[in-house]
Amino acid sequence: MSEAVSTVTETEPAPTRARKRQSSVLFDAPGPKARMRHNILTLISAIVILAIIYVVIARLDKEGQLQGRLWKPFIKGSTWSDYIFPGIGGTLKAALAGAVLALLFGVVFGLGRMSDHRWVRIPAGAVVEFFRAIPLLILIFFVFSGPPTIANALNREFPQVTAFTALVISLMLYNGSVLAEIFRAGINAVPRGQSEAAYAIGLRKSGVMRLILIPQATTAMMPAIVSQLVVLLKDSALGWIISYEDLLNTGYRQIPTQYGNLIPAAIVIALIYIAMNLALSYLATWLEKRSRRSRKTSAKVLATTPGAGMSGGIMPAP
Amino acid sequence: MNWNVLLDFSPLADNSDKLLSAFWATIRISVTVGILSLVIGTLITAMRVSPIRVLRVAGAFYVNTLRNTPLTLVLLFCSLGLSDTLKFRISGTPSINFFWLAVFGMSVYTAAFVAESLRAGINTVPMGQAEAARAIGLTFTQSLRMVIMPQAFRSVIAPLGSVMIAMIKNTTVVLVASYYEAASLMKDMFEQYGATLPIFIGFAVGFMCLTLPTGFFFNWLAKRMAVVR
Amino acid sequence: MRVRHFGVVAAALAVAGMGISGCAAKKNTTVVDKAKDGKKIVIGVKYDQPAIGMKTPNGVEGFDIDVAKYIAKKLGVKKDSDIEFKEARSANRETFLQNGTVDMVIASYSITPERLPKVTFGGPYVVTHQDLMVRANDNSITSLQSLKGKKLCAVSGSNSWKNITEGTNKLKQKIAAVTVPAQGYEECITKLKGGSVDAVSTDATILGGFAVREGSAVKVVNAPFTDEKYGVGLKKGDTKTCNAVNDAIKSMYSDGTAKQVWEKWFAKANLPFDATVPTPQGCS
Repeated sequence: MSEAVSTVTETEPAPTRARKRQSSVLFDAPGPKARMRHNILTLISAIVILAIIYVVIARLDKEGQLQGRLWKPFIKGSTWSDYIFPGIGGTLKAALAGAVLALLFGVVFGLGRMSDHRWVRIPAGAVVEFFRAIPLLILIFFVFSGPPTIANALNREFPQVTAFTALVISLMLYNGSVLAEIFRAGINAVPRGQSEAAYAIGLRKSGVMRLILIPQATTAMMPAIVSQLVVLLKDSALGWIISYEDLLNTGYRQIPTQYGNLIPAAIVIALIYIAMNLALSYLATWLEKRSRRSRKTSAKVLATTPGAGMSGGIMPAP
Repeated sequence: MNWNVLLDFSPLADNSDKLLSAFWATIRISVTVGILSLVIGTLITAMRVSPIRVLRVAGAFYVNTLRNTPLTLVLLFCSLGLSDTLKFRISGTPSINFFWLAVFGMSVYTAAFVAESLRAGINTVPMGQAEAARAIGLTFTQSLRMVIMPQAFRSVIAPLGSVMIAMIKNTTVVLVASYYEAASLMKDMFEQYGATLPIFIGFAVGFMCLTLPTGFFFNWLAKRMAVVR
Repeated sequence: MRVRHFGVVAAALAVAGMGISGCAAKKNTTVVDKAKDGKKIVIGVKYDQPAIGMKTPNGVEGFDIDVAKYIAKKLGVKKDSDIEFKEARSANRETFLQNGTVDMVIASYSITPERLPKVTFGGPYVVTHQDLMVRANDNSITSLQSLKGKKLCAVSGSNSWKNITEGTNKLKQKIAAVTVPAQGYEECITKLKGGSVDAVSTDATILGGFAVREGSAVKVVNAPFTDEKYGVGLKKGDTKTCNAVNDAIKSMYSDGTAKQVWEKWFAKANLPFDATVPTPQGCS
């Protein structure tokens, strides 16, 4: 599992970084000839990119998607107050509830997996592996319609599962399992000497965990946690499929139904999602920088795994 | 009391032909997206590390846009936006058209993550390698192709594997793009038989049969191909 | 190791399932009791069907909404604010009733033999037909048979396209149309206008609503191929509410509200009103 969350290489020495400004790993600071060639290539690629943009815009125009009346709803206050803001509210509500529960779930199962007791370790591992290996969407479907069907067939009353509950529980199970692995990797990333020293001064297992390992691991895994939360925020858009009223639902279904402006709506909604996620990602990068500087931990900072941002960004244990 | 909802696996057995064809659809789309996203992702990475500023900016824009848009929106845009509003169609036959639109949406989305992984991989290649490559007179494309990328690819096999596993799981979302695969079948079976535990377990196991071996394969490959430094 | 993990999961889930069965036995509060007690009534309606159930900046409105308000009042709900509308899409209606997300479904919900074991239906409150909608400039589709080989929108959880492809229509003919999966009718209309599908099939009332909104882009073929009895979906076994709903529907027709509401929404679509009270399904 050591390769599961890759640890970042040591910070580069200062001189290399300074040199990087003019050149990169791959090319030198260009000479006159190379500069000429780069200028030509710049021109060509700029033309190609502009051509692509032109084709897209021409297509939009041809199908009448650039008409002002299709975009007008987005400068009306009522569109924002009736559709977009409630939608953002719905998305944030689900994401926040999902995040809190997923963190709890992750701590419980991450620690459970490292338990000394077989009967805790194996079930916890099984749960984590199961939920990490299946698609979130089929989990959502089952959590949404499974319990009532089952309770009904067994002649029992079961409290309602709303779209919100189903979404939040699924986000918790799925992302919580990924977070459990991050926690485990985080704790494992604290050098063994730390826990050995702690045992040596007479701390018990709980004390070692609470006083030594968790505080250091938390700093180290913060960035990885935040990027998993970005995943969670994006995944909340799956609520669309069980008609949870999130941003996608109000923005991409209700607004176009009202104004017939599917393409403009898609663009505006995408921009809002991107803004929300970028804000969270910047938080992740900032945390990563800060914790890498931090001297509070002896653990190597867990990188925001390159694959992260895609659901379940880390590998299942072999 | 009716225990069938917990124990009756017969709906799965009765529909084994449908199950096979639905999972076959999932496999088909996964393989196609896997290949295409690797190709697009590599191109984007090349743009992002190139000496041409315009290309670097365009590559970064691509990655940041796609990475931060929900896949559901990307796929909905492909089916309702590209195909139905902008009339950008690949084939007149709906099943082929929506297959390729779903492939397109999934590939451009997944490519952003492939590009991120690859760029991280390039950063792990020691400076000395690139400097040596330049010293013996290799150009940017040559050093990228013959020295950097081979090493970068090897060091990112494991992260790429996790991108691919996530991609396989993400293929379920193509149900919003009018393409019928395993998740769509599960939804239909839930409607027909009720949302019973055995049906869910069946589909979960089906997906595990796809994701777990993929994970083992990439881990094995990563160990085998690891660059010793 | 993997196999063992999985076994444990299966066992754990089974235990979780049994945990559910340990919950309190069924309570017997009916919707009509809830209404009389002054509690909120949640009604599942469509949010994306013009003239039937449509979310607009002013709230939800449409034929179903007006019927829902009338019936709720007759059940004993005192003020409008005690009625809460929730979106119930075709694919979610049974689930919503079973899991209690909504108390009633009034969402162009046809009474069909397949649904009867799962849902108790009050009503029908209106009888309509399934029909086809095509692009206005498309003259190749004039009847059910001419759909052969054409692209037909197949909404997940709806029975209309199955009536065509599986032969459960008035002509008793299986028509080999090419189905294109979709998640809702709004999506179908987008696909129809864009040319990804050639025909959308569903109830004339729904098509009429879309036709009015879309203007000259689309047209209704007028080839009815089923009878659709719109019922009030209730949780299976709630006969008390069901009987109360049937009484409400009877009075809706006798006091002229039915006609007035119908014409308010469907006059523009040229859908004629049928003044005979639909025969109740019978509560079970």
